[in-house]
Amino acid sequence: MELKANNITFSYNKKRQILKDASISVNSNQIIGLMGDSGSGKSTLCKIMSGYITHYSGEVTLDGAKIPDKDFYPVQLIFQHPEKTMNPKWKMEKVLNESWTVSQDLKDTFGLKDTWLTRWPSELSGGELQRFSILRALNPKTKFIVADEISTMLDAVTQVQIWEALINHCKANNIGILAVSHDEELLEVFCDDILKFDEINNL
Amino acid sequence: MGELLEVNNLSISFTQYVQGLNRHDSKVISDLTIDVGESEIVAILGSSGSGKSLLAHSILGILPYNANVTGEIKYKGQVLDQELKENLRGKEICLIPQSVNFLDPLMKVSEQAIGECKDEKEHAEKKIRQREVFARYGLDESVDDLYPFELSGGMARKVLLSTALIGDPNLLIADEPTPGLDVKSVEETIEDIKNLKEHGKGVLLITHEIDVALKTADRIAIFYSGYVIEINKVENFKNADDVLHPYTKALINSLPRNGFKLTEGVQPLDEVPGCPYYENCPIRTDRCGKEKPSLEEHDGAMIRCFNFKEANDGA
Repeated sequence: MELKANNITFSYNKKRQILKDASISVNSNQIIGLMGDSGSGKSTLCKIMSGYITHYSGEVTLDGAKIPDKDFYPVQLIFQHPEKTMNPKWKMEKVLNESWTVSQDLKDTFGLKDTWLTRWPSELSGGELQRFSILRALNPKTKFIVADEISTMLDAVTQVQIWEALINHCKANNIGILAVSHDEELLEVFCDDILKFDEINNL
Repeated sequence: MGELLEVNNLSISFTQYVQGLNRHDSKVISDLTIDVGESEIVAILGSSGSGKSLLAHSILGILPYNANVTGEIKYKGQVLDQELKENLRGKEICLIPQSVNFLDPLMKVSEQAIGECKDEKEHAEKKIRQREVFARYGLDESVDDLYPFELSGGMARKVLLSTALIGDPNLLIADEPTPGLDVKSVEETIEDIKNLKEHGKGVLLITHEIDVALKTADRIAIFYSGYVIEINKVENFKNADDVLHPYTKALINSLPRNGFKLTEGVQPLDEVPGCPYYENCPIRTDRCGKEKPSLEEHDGAMIRCFNFKEANDGA
């Protein structure tokens, strides 16, 4: 399967254009790295590709076809700050199983402890929360993962644990990954190809 | 070299109400001891969400009302009580806060950086200084009139940093000044922090990014599950063999350039009777599960471990 963004143009307001004719493509068996300066529009492109922003020009396609916005969206975005993506009034068990029932196997692979499930989001650390936000995005219907700086806030030990588990799962299930980071050393460890954001954005 | 900041056996816990009137005490920082001298940068390295920021908040006296603090904090030999904290903060001691949420959403960023002024004249002077500092971080004049929600993560970080530097402080507490910044901005931030040191200032750098700590700090303290488990000179962090604690070794080996080596295990959520690293430790003994090691001096470093000597001799 191929996820493709074609000639995406977008701006939040008239003053400043963020994306101009930006194009990128990821295959199911690939991990593509994307690097760029802060404020350059990486996260905006991520949101467009995963269906969070819809009023852009250009097109996002899956194997050449437009992605229907009514059904489960096959491109799932994982954010940098997991604490901002969770309902603070839900316990972690509800947060985890919102999209699908996560198997015990997968919980173990990601080092998720049962005692965490009865906690509130505010009682867990960033590394613990990020495991939840990755797992809930791995719905069986997910075909692509857009990982927007997912390990930037984590310590190096947790960073390795999270990437290992995510990559192993995606390779085994033919899920493609677009990994956005400013850390070139990190991307070089596991990416098939690393793109510079400036080079795909024609501003 | 004079002592600027001295923290002795600081513990911070929170009392929270859970489900009605049930009170719950959660300990966030335990028995933390650290010091920062003039012209010195000391980094506290620990994962995000582990409570490091509370140390900064405690030094500045901005902890919430339900925090219980024990231990002692001294500034230039004087015990820092709430009144002294309020007098010194913003002038001698400045904070670079962690997130954009510390900015006032209804105020233009340049006005926030300038802060309170007595009169027009002071405002005009500070405005020049503000423009100078902003320009140093590549924030052009169009940024002055933006509101916080219009800033990207990296721009916001630069605004926070410049705001702290406008007051020309002696002791700077930098709470995660770099995540989300691109390589160039990180280098600039690092240069700026080093620059402060050259001007005789002390910096307490709170970070989870080991690279930033390595490039700036003179000493690094490793924060694990609420405890400082090791404080060591920065030179020793180049190689896992030169640091003492097994967790510190795992941390160094997990860096992308050192092999991205996987170490299993997570930090315990609740207070444990023994060593906080007991569950994941490769060199643990029965004693470690029952008794808590204290932070002790060894060869110029500080280490909280019963077995490090045997383990390091064997290597």
